[in-house]
Amino acid sequence: MDKPIRAGRRQLLQGAAGLAAAGLAAPAVHAQGAVTLRYVGTAVNQHAGIKEKVRQDLGITLEYIPVTSDDVVRRAVTQPNSLDILDAEYWMLKKIIPSGNLMGMDASRIKLVDEISTVFTKGEVAGKKIGDQGTAPIKVSYMPARDAKTFAPGQTQWLTLIPTTYNADTLGIRPDRVGRPIESWAELLNPEFKGKASILNIPSIGIMDAAMAVEAMGRHKYADKGNMTRAEIDLTMRVLTEAKRAGQFRAFWKDFNESVNLMASGETVIQSMWSPAVTAVRSRGIPCTYQPLKEGYRAWAAGFGLPKTLSGRKLDAAYEFINWFLSGWAGAFLNRQGYYSAVLSTAQKSMEAYEWDFWMMGKPAAQDIKAPDGTVMEKAGSVRDGGSFDARMGAVVCWNAVMDENDYMVRKWNEFIAA
Amino acid sequence: MSSSPPDRRPMGRPVAPLLQAAPLALVLLLFFVFPLLATAVVSLWNYTEYSLVPDVTSRNYVEMFEGCSDFSEGLCTTFGTYLSTLRLCAIVWAVTTLFGFGIAYFLAFHIRSDTVRMALFLVCTAPFLTSNVIRMISWLPLLGREGVVNQFLVGTGLVDQPQDWLLFSDFSVVLAFVHLYTLFVTVPVFNSMMRIDRRLLEAAQDAGASGWQTLRHVVIPLTKPGLVIGSIFVIVLVMGDFVTIGVMGGQQIASIGKVIQVQMSYLQFPAAAAQAVVLLGLVLLVIAVMTKLIDIRREL
Repeated sequence: MDKPIRAGRRQLLQGAAGLAAAGLAAPAVHAQGAVTLRYVGTAVNQHAGIKEKVRQDLGITLEYIPVTSDDVVRRAVTQPNSLDILDAEYWMLKKIIPSGNLMGMDASRIKLVDEISTVFTKGEVAGKKIGDQGTAPIKVSYMPARDAKTFAPGQTQWLTLIPTTYNADTLGIRPDRVGRPIESWAELLNPEFKGKASILNIPSIGIMDAAMAVEAMGRHKYADKGNMTRAEIDLTMRVLTEAKRAGQFRAFWKDFNESVNLMASGETVIQSMWSPAVTAVRSRGIPCTYQPLKEGYRAWAAGFGLPKTLSGRKLDAAYEFINWFLSGWAGAFLNRQGYYSAVLSTAQKSMEAYEWDFWMMGKPAAQDIKAPDGTVMEKAGSVRDGGSFDARMGAVVCWNAVMDENDYMVRKWNEFIAA
Repeated sequence: MSSSPPDRRPMGRPVAPLLQAAPLALVLLLFFVFPLLATAVVSLWNYTEYSLVPDVTSRNYVEMFEGCSDFSEGLCTTFGTYLSTLRLCAIVWAVTTLFGFGIAYFLAFHIRSDTVRMALFLVCTAPFLTSNVIRMISWLPLLGREGVVNQFLVGTGLVDQPQDWLLFSDFSVVLAFVHLYTLFVTVPVFNSMMRIDRRLLEAAQDAGASGWQTLRHVVIPLTKPGLVIGSIFVIVLVMGDFVTIGVMGGQQIASIGKVIQVQMSYLQFPAAAAQAVVLLGLVLLVIAVMTKLIDIRREL
């Protein structure tokens, strides 16, 4: 999956250059015709394929502005005028919404609003409540009014974000090096893997992976792993510091490629990881499993938000684009990458039955599963790690989060790195 | 050199030099002094998750040195981080100075032909034709657990199992820094050495000084300006670094730059600004001490 993404970015740059040239050549024509939407987000969802399809179907030009997830927050908080569509993660909302820079999106203008996955509207999967520790989307999906700076406890007409992608994260392992079944988050801190483990050096996410391990080891039961008390932060960081001093960790990783390289080069055999990174390791012919664990998953979700300053034709175009995004093509595109899309019913219609069975139902692939660019991602007969949508998303226990004690946590994390 | 017309301004000061200096002064004011002042001011501000609050508070400095007066549980984070950074800085400085001096000495005194000397000097700069990041990252496949060096060591039977200390350790960080920054010492030292009057060396020899005595009493004193300039380069670069330490240290080694970067990424600009102010103060102090020892301007 890594390859198509890289190719996508390259095309994206070419596309951007082409767009700039076109804009220079014929400004008058474009000023009257197509609307251009400046789309700020991490590069995860910014595919050239989607951009091209949007231009064909809607005549809207997307101007991708890929930034790091830190910069997504920074942009939304400090420069809301520099974007028309914000592709943000739900945890960021705890920082962005109080700034008052995002508008509540009008549910009546979203055609498929009732079809959006129950993960977002009710906090359920297949009728069963899922874990809501951390910044679960259900807690931050709605606002009491269009111009509110707070979240509404229940469903309202005003949405903070319209979901695009979400997924359940777990540990990646090298089954060939580990040589035995791995079933628990506690294995991350198991001295058996001394010098061969890694976690990610993004404090707010790293500490939750650590908390999953601490809880699995039976050392503490957290009320909310995504919103710890100071004492809980101290405890978690103490356990991590002990492990670090004992040489448990080979390295910490900060970005996608680092995690791929650590795993592929054999520096680590067990580490926190993201789904596409596991695929990237596997695409090099190196065995790597996105291991389902009995304690469950840490999940994340992303969606589109609109800055409050948006109005007129641009606002209409933004709604048009979001409605298009939910209508199936984009959902299928994202589902085929191993993410989950917001409106599954329409995505299913845009996917082949065997694709749906593999990605969503957890069934063995009836034929080779291919990436959007045609390369084979999974051979016929293989099964997705973790199984079906219901099994994976149903086993979510916590969500990427911003804690109330975030400042304190960041200081403690720096202390841990210095230890 | 020509006689200028008598100045008619009441102040009696020529205006032309001021005008000539104005563009540079303006640029420095705008892009150096002003951001620096802004950093200092912001370091006194308060902040929340999503906003900066203009204020005069000591919060950022207080939090930075929280627990630093209590040594019973070891050093506090800030002292620990500074100590870690300073330690790396000292090691890198010592090694780069040694290598830089050695290379410059060889080029300046052992190569007779100017052409060969310049050719070799250019060879020294060849690594700089690729980017900083690539030069650093290319060490990874060499030093890894299954990397070339370990394969060689295990293959020749020198060690039983792969050596972990080669990568993601102090060793790999220092190695990368030395690789990146030795030239920054070599160039000014080489420059100083080339300006040494060769007759001084001959005089030393005639007076019966041994090679070591010549080095100690003639060459080193005369290359001090180069050494100081090179040292300043290395110290400033290492003290502020977070990329090299992050990549080569596996993100496990603390550095002030990394602390600042983490704070920036959590929108804690005032806290990061306070760190930056303290770091700046420390680096300026180091440079002040070095320039006190040697008056660079006079020596140049």
